[in-house]
Amino acid sequence: MSTATAPAETKTPSKDKALLSNRAKAERRLGWKLAGPAFIVMVAVTAWPILQAIWLSFFRYRLTDPDAREFVFLGNYSVIFTDPVFYQALRNTLLITVVTVAVELVLGFAIAMLMHRVVLPRRTLRTIVLIPYSIITVVSAFAWLYSFRTDTGYVNHWLNTITFGAWDSAFDWFGSWAPAMSVIMVSEIWKTTPFMSLLLLAGLAQIDGAMEEAAKVDGATFWQRLFKVILPNMKAAIMVAVLFRTLDAFRIFDNVFIMTRGANDTETLSTLAYKQTIDRVEIGMGSALSVVLFLMVFAIALIFIKGFNVDLAGSRK
Amino acid sequence: MSQIQLKEISKVYADGYEAVKKVSMDIADGEFMILVGPSGCGKSTLLRMIVGLEDITSGDLMIDGKRVNELAPRERNLSMVFQNYALYPHLSVYENIAFPLRLNKGGISDEEVKKRVGDAAEMLELNDHLERKPANLSGGQRQRVAMGRAIVRDADAFLFDEPLSNLDAKLRGQMRTEIARMQRRLGVTTVYVTHDQTEAMTLGDRVTVLKKGVVQQIASPRELYEQPVNLFVAGFIGSPPMNFLPARVEDRSLRLPFCEVPFGEEFADKVKGKDLVIVGLRPEFVKDAEIQDPVPGAVEFEADVDVTEWLGNELYAYIPFESDEAVRAKLDELDRDLDGEGMRTQMVVNLEARSRVREGERARFFFDPKLMHVFDPENGDNLTRNEEEAKRIAAESEEDRKRALERAKRKEAEAPA
Amino acid sequence: MDATPKQKWSLFAVSIPVMLWTLIPLFWIFSLAVKPSSIQADGKYVPREITWDNFRLILTGGASDLFLPALRNSIIVCLLATLISVVLAMFCAYAIARLDFPGKKMILLVALGVSFFPVISLVTPLFDLWRNIGLFDTIPGLVIPYLSLTLPLSIWVLSAFFQQIPWEMEQAAQVDGATSWQAFRKVIVPLAAPGVFTTAIITFFTAWNDFVFAISLTSDNARTVPAALAFFTGASQFEQPTGAISAAAVIVTIPVVILVLIFQKRIVAGLTSGAVKG
Repeated sequence: MSTATAPAETKTPSKDKALLSNRAKAERRLGWKLAGPAFIVMVAVTAWPILQAIWLSFFRYRLTDPDAREFVFLGNYSVIFTDPVFYQALRNTLLITVVTVAVELVLGFAIAMLMHRVVLPRRTLRTIVLIPYSIITVVSAFAWLYSFRTDTGYVNHWLNTITFGAWDSAFDWFGSWAPAMSVIMVSEIWKTTPFMSLLLLAGLAQIDGAMEEAAKVDGATFWQRLFKVILPNMKAAIMVAVLFRTLDAFRIFDNVFIMTRGANDTETLSTLAYKQTIDRVEIGMGSALSVVLFLMVFAIALIFIKGFNVDLAGSRK
Repeated sequence: MSQIQLKEISKVYADGYEAVKKVSMDIADGEFMILVGPSGCGKSTLLRMIVGLEDITSGDLMIDGKRVNELAPRERNLSMVFQNYALYPHLSVYENIAFPLRLNKGGISDEEVKKRVGDAAEMLELNDHLERKPANLSGGQRQRVAMGRAIVRDADAFLFDEPLSNLDAKLRGQMRTEIARMQRRLGVTTVYVTHDQTEAMTLGDRVTVLKKGVVQQIASPRELYEQPVNLFVAGFIGSPPMNFLPARVEDRSLRLPFCEVPFGEEFADKVKGKDLVIVGLRPEFVKDAEIQDPVPGAVEFEADVDVTEWLGNELYAYIPFESDEAVRAKLDELDRDLDGEGMRTQMVVNLEARSRVREGERARFFFDPKLMHVFDPENGDNLTRNEEEAKRIAAESEEDRKRALERAKRKEAEAPA
Repeated sequence: MDATPKQKWSLFAVSIPVMLWTLIPLFWIFSLAVKPSSIQADGKYVPREITWDNFRLILTGGASDLFLPALRNSIIVCLLATLISVVLAMFCAYAIARLDFPGKKMILLVALGVSFFPVISLVTPLFDLWRNIGLFDTIPGLVIPYLSLTLPLSIWVLSAFFQQIPWEMEQAAQVDGATSWQAFRKVIVPLAAPGVFTTAIITFFTAWNDFVFAISLTSDNARTVPAALAFFTGASQFEQPTGAISAAAVIVTIPVVILVLIFQKRIVAGLTSGAVKG
């Protein structure tokens, strides 16, 4: 714009600019009008209860005796952190999380590779693998419970047969900690491996086949291709899958509740919180446990996102 | 049918990036206008502003004398062919073409829709595919469906956004002639964006060359080729591209890497005060002196040929030369502007196929210095542009265009209804 | 990469144990459901005899007043939660995919954060509140907390689907002369419908699967199937409810398996859409 004509011309652009920003403003307004309700509902059904939980966790408060409600500030927390039951639940939860996620990662990856390459029962395999994901966790817990139970189960019989009678066919899987935890973990692995392998399969599908062919031509063996070409290129997909599954496993409840109800020291954090709140109606203590669990999940997510650089903005569930 | 006028149109994005800077042009009724330039020159943005998919930051867009800046795309009555065709995957070919007609609720009867889609399909040879879904079509067929959708309603103008860039070379050639034929036949004002100079040269009545959002030259293809206004246009138009050689200005002559070119009184004024200029010489203007006698006034020279490429109908010879430090910066900048990949300092000459010039040998060449362009190394302006000649070419092209339109109209009228 | 016949068959051989591993517990539940109670504890994987008694028991017999209302509750609660989530998420995802407004990234991150929420943490405060305001053991008392499971999921899956719809399509419609409404109805809706449908299925599965809310926030009236299963008792006090539970499990699993069989491809696409950077 030359300086001589400037005064005459500035009018039009400024008017147009106003128009443009009006349009942009309208778009913003529309954006929030459309997205707002979902956002508000989502926040309302989660943020409000968690704030309420934080508030209630400062009280000694039993539902059966509401008048005795008493402000104890961090009293509940100090009880929790000095109680061996809590530490047992924490150990169990961590054990389940680490073992199931690790096993699922290996197993899920193997199944993903299989689904990626298999030719013949391709569709059938993909459908069948998807089934455990879609059935109710409680149903899968019952299926495994009944498989291992001494009275109705077949597992003891099978084990007895393949060990030529060495296995005690009356072995009580739910009678002690180690076998009970094993069954819980087996059922968890069975139920959630499909989700893991689907996420990993999606990651595999993103890898350019030509890259692998190039590695083949360069003389790489299968394992070299796997560790030097495939896995490094799937890092993002693996991290996302592990994050999702870790947070999911950390909240484990359904299987434990159906199989042992926390007997024989198999309590997890979620079942412990449930027991305090629902069975013993200790709202204050239950709230404190809920807050602790929430903070732990939050911390895990934070560690993943900050520590492992999981890019969540570029990923979706 | 209508004329489109752009008056000092600019586009500034929210982040302050100025994609289009004060572009003005008049597109006449029935004219085929090409917008061409390297990537990022603002040609697509300009097209999207015309059609209304992009806000105009400042300036006026007039269609038939009416300002349409604020109209929504659907109110502008233009039709557009998108680069990726934007076919509706859930609709059959027939319904894709009929889509614009169906929107006009109650306005167009089913028979009318059927007739018009049929006509369009006939013209584009899509009759056999009307029931198929776009996903089952080849690239060329999709392209034709997109065109069908554009021509089926009486749009005031057609807009094309790099419509052929997703096709292979052979198909591109076929579709190019198809588009040219269709445009002449329908006589509809057309704005066509491309980065391919062959499309620009063959399709356009006039071509607008853009660089970084600024119009360089609006002219007929012939004028662009023969009388470019600056270094950029000269380098962009033509294949292989024009050779740019550094030249020292001496008393009454220019010293080029291979030879000396004398000049007259008139030219001396233009280069007064400069000791260095850039000479532009198209590959096809250099001839093999062994098989052809030099024209009167020709400049002859000898040079070492580095590489030759024999293409059957012609022969390219590459002649390396030492570039002058003083102009290298300017030529490198030009190369970047043209999306080049680092120019070697070599001259390409386009010889007749029967030439006996061989790799690694010395050969004799000549060229007519009247065909040579001289550019100002500072601002890139063409110092040898002949305005009168340019005007003559423009008038001639306009004449040609009108004749072609009339011929098409006559043909249309004669054709059995 | 073309597999050689040898590779093809070895992969086939490997896929058999994978399929068996998946199917064995499923057949087992079916096997238990059709075993007569007399041989229920024989430990045989394949039943020697088949009876429909267990199904009769839960559908028309003594356990039917426990199972049928639970089934009805499950269907109502899950359909409501799915409907509300998908409708709200549809507008939200459309805005995220199509419009430029500040905070859209924040919405997605909040949705992700909410989906990470430990469900049990919501239970305690809701249990207290629902008892106070009378929502305990009611349909809305379940639908509302279900939204915390289903809404973030719907938003994520749907916005991934919507982002795949090519932008040009809507613009092409506009240039073709469509109003915003026409462009939405004639172009966007048909293109978005499969995504919305898939999202609805995934959302429904999630709600259908919930156990924690169901056992904590209901007692008799609003109890859903997973919770009812956990509290099943046998035909008599001395009989194990194994057969009845298995029969009920089979009934609620069959429709889900059918949905998976039909929509396998779409469900996979929905679950993994954008889980990897594309």
